[in-house]
Amino acid sequence: MSINATLIGQMITFALLVWFTMKYIWPPLFDSLEERKKKIADGLAAAERGQEEILLAEKRAKGVLKEAKEQSTEIVTLAQKRANEIVEESKDNAKKEGERLIVAAKAQIEQEIQQAKEGLRQEVADLALSAAEQILGAEIDQAKHQDIISKVSKQLG
Amino acid sequence: MATEAHAAEGATGYIIHHLTPLQVGEGFWTLHLDTLFFSAVLGGLFIWFFKMAADKATSGVPGLVQNFAELMIEFVDNQVKDSFHGHSKLIGPLALTIFCWVFLWNFMDLFPVDILPLIGSMMGIEYLRVVPSTDLNATFAMSISVFFLILFYSIKIKGPWGFAKELMFQPFGPWLLPFNLLLKLVEEIAKPISLALRLFGNLYAGELIFILIALLPWYIQPALSFPWAIFHILIITLQAFIFMVLTIVYLSMAHEDH
Repeated sequence: MSINATLIGQMITFALLVWFTMKYIWPPLFDSLEERKKKIADGLAAAERGQEEILLAEKRAKGVLKEAKEQSTEIVTLAQKRANEIVEESKDNAKKEGERLIVAAKAQIEQEIQQAKEGLRQEVADLALSAAEQILGAEIDQAKHQDIISKVSKQLG
Repeated sequence: MATEAHAAEGATGYIIHHLTPLQVGEGFWTLHLDTLFFSAVLGGLFIWFFKMAADKATSGVPGLVQNFAELMIEFVDNQVKDSFHGHSKLIGPLALTIFCWVFLWNFMDLFPVDILPLIGSMMGIEYLRVVPSTDLNATFAMSISVFFLILFYSIKIKGPWGFAKELMFQPFGPWLLPFNLLLKLVEEIAKPISLALRLFGNLYAGELIFILIALLPWYIQPALSFPWAIFHILIITLQAFIFMVLTIVYLSMAHEDH
């Protein structure tokens, strides 16, 4: 039961065991534990981030969809407006064209009336001339009395 | 009368025989070969198991061996973190070694008291005391090593003068210096003694009870040794745990600078 040299032997063994544990056993096991902890933490964080990203993406998609709808409504409105404008414009054009046609037709009619008048006047002059010729016989020289004839025909016009 | 006396002597002889270590040498230079041998083998077992786990250590999915080793490491590390607030590369491995080694020493207690001495006697070994923690040399070797570490760290952290001041001026101030010194010396020296004697006392008593049970008729023995062995599983773990935790606490006290 006495204390003896066994004590020293045991102390040496103890020191060796502690040294060996400190050098070769504790660090690798402890490191692998820490590394695994880190891995798990990273994995969890990544999963969470993924979830958040999904939510964000959904929100973004909704936003894009809404914008697209708005844009399409705007485009349809614009197109309708444009169509109305075109219809109005063509109505205007048609009206103008009609008026122009009417004016042209009137002018032509006027011209034709003039021509007809001219023709009639000529004919009346001729008739009068021939009548006078017949009345006066060969006495009246056309060249001599040209002046009088044209005066008469002007009075007729 | 004569036979009774002889029987009593036989029982005493049996007990003494079981508690006598295998020794060589004289006086102080006596070596308890059984203590040295078994503690070295158990230390080797501890090292072998943990080295195997450490060599294959991976941060991926751990195997069975690594799992157990990591369990122990985490357990010890939690204890260290709970009571020790400094940074030390030594204290974790030290605590792990103490816990495992003491546990393995104590575990030898659960072998039937006669089986290893019987095998020993077959090999011509007369005395064999298989539980290293029933040898004061083993428990004191550990607690004195811890004591040296306490001194070393006290001086390293607080400086020689700081440590001396703590010894002289606490807890009652400089006017009661001799009293302080006496109190502190007793406190410091009580640490290794209580560590060693607690472990030794528990295991020695436990072993003695196993030996006493072994003296009873064989048909009574199981009824007593079985519950005692189960209770002992608790004791051996608890004693290893206490030794470890107190070591951590003492070392953290040594690290605290006032």
